[in-house]
Amino acid sequence: MTKYAPMYVQAAWLTLRLGVIGILCSLLIGLVCAILQYYRVPVFRRIVRIYIELSRNTPLLVQLFFLYFGLPKAGIRLSSEACAIIGLSFLGGSYMAEAFRSGLEAVEKSQVESGLSIGLRHGQLMRYVILPQVISTSVPAICANMIFLIKETSLFSAVALADLMYVAKDLIGLYYKTDEALLMLVISYLILLLPISLAASWLERRVRYAGFGN
Amino acid sequence: MGKKEVLLEIRNLHKDYGNGPVLEDISLQVEKGEVIVLVGPSGCGKSTLLRCINGLEPIQGGSILLDGREITDGKTNWSQVRQKIGMVFQSYDLFPNMTVLDNVLLGPLKVQKRQKAEAKAQAEQLLARVGLLQKKDAYPRELSGGQKQRVAIVRALMMEPEILLFDEVTAALDPEMVREVLDVMLELAESGSTMLIVTHELQFARAVADRIVFLDGGHIVEMDDPETFFTQPKSDRVHRFLNTFVFASQSQERKHSESQ
Repeated sequence: MTKYAPMYVQAAWLTLRLGVIGILCSLLIGLVCAILQYYRVPVFRRIVRIYIELSRNTPLLVQLFFLYFGLPKAGIRLSSEACAIIGLSFLGGSYMAEAFRSGLEAVEKSQVESGLSIGLRHGQLMRYVILPQVISTSVPAICANMIFLIKETSLFSAVALADLMYVAKDLIGLYYKTDEALLMLVISYLILLLPISLAASWLERRVRYAGFGN
Repeated sequence: MGKKEVLLEIRNLHKDYGNGPVLEDISLQVEKGEVIVLVGPSGCGKSTLLRCINGLEPIQGGSILLDGREITDGKTNWSQVRQKIGMVFQSYDLFPNMTVLDNVLLGPLKVQKRQKAEAKAQAEQLLARVGLLQKKDAYPRELSGGQKQRVAIVRALMMEPEILLFDEVTAALDPEMVREVLDVMLELAESGSTMLIVTHELQFARAVADRIVFLDGGHIVEMDDPETFFTQPKSDRVHRFLNTFVFASQSQERKHSESQ
């Protein structure tokens, strides 16, 4: 088993790297979508809604197949990694958008008014008053989404990326060591995800303004 | 006393939420240094009037002028105007993610781009004035309602507004905390601040006001100095309103008549 450990380590790095890039893009997409919805920006608000429904109600595997096998038919050829990152961001963006949206909606309207009444402009209000409160309430959902997205990377093998799942399937195919390969796979994901999960609970405790009374 | 300068002028203001008028043909002049108290039954439009003045509600007719310049013509830079119009709300609405000091410094530093040291010195001086300097590093959740409201007043004062709007600022407070907030407001009034106050504290209104405005059903029913308003109300409506606040004499009378 130790002979194949380096393959797992390498695959884990790939999983982690693509996962992290995907999560960062998801956060950005999510934040922009949530703000567009929050301010009820005409047209964009509709587009965001359609995007969210489309992304949440189709499986990632189908999205990846579309990017990897579908787009080349339209003349757009993307590398495996690009497909993986775009696919994960497309999926994650909608989940993050919903997490941010619930956080935005939880900020009292009177907070906005008291911010406006001291002359804050909308951008300043968002930055100093609303977003810090959003982060505080949305962190649990955001962390859960992050873990969910890293687990979703196990589908990347479908677009020919040598991620953890791919390595495990490869070893099973080559040597029929099914049990060992799967055990290593489980352990790899745990090593990857447990620290993230623990960090998330720590973060949740840190950012809560206990009681939240204003 | 010479002729005073008009700071805020409301001309024939009309406000409608879409299901009938909330404010109809309201006209009011507020002079510099004047304290006006708005009273009236719930839903009469008092709070709405304050919110219109601060641009939190669009108006459907009439105009509002600050320093002789119209602020309701749709071209107003509200960020600038709101610095001149301080507002304190019923629910305090301090920012929960910031300390007391950061709450009161946010406007001066980010909106007015003032120097931190100078703004901080002013903040500490004002917090001391309302008796809360020792709480400057506390978070809002650690304060009582009365303390939060005093911080909210300091936050408004930090912008050095020309006029202060108070929207039922003691309505959410325990009776014992009402006093500490009212004392701050009395002191502000005595130091010459121009104030527009919505309150149900009639005794306070009598003590602090230069003029009392009584609103009912979206109209100004009566406008008078406090003495006249409380002792010789002109309209029957005000008379009835004032009577609802009298318990003692009525129950005395009732007991008296029962015992006979």
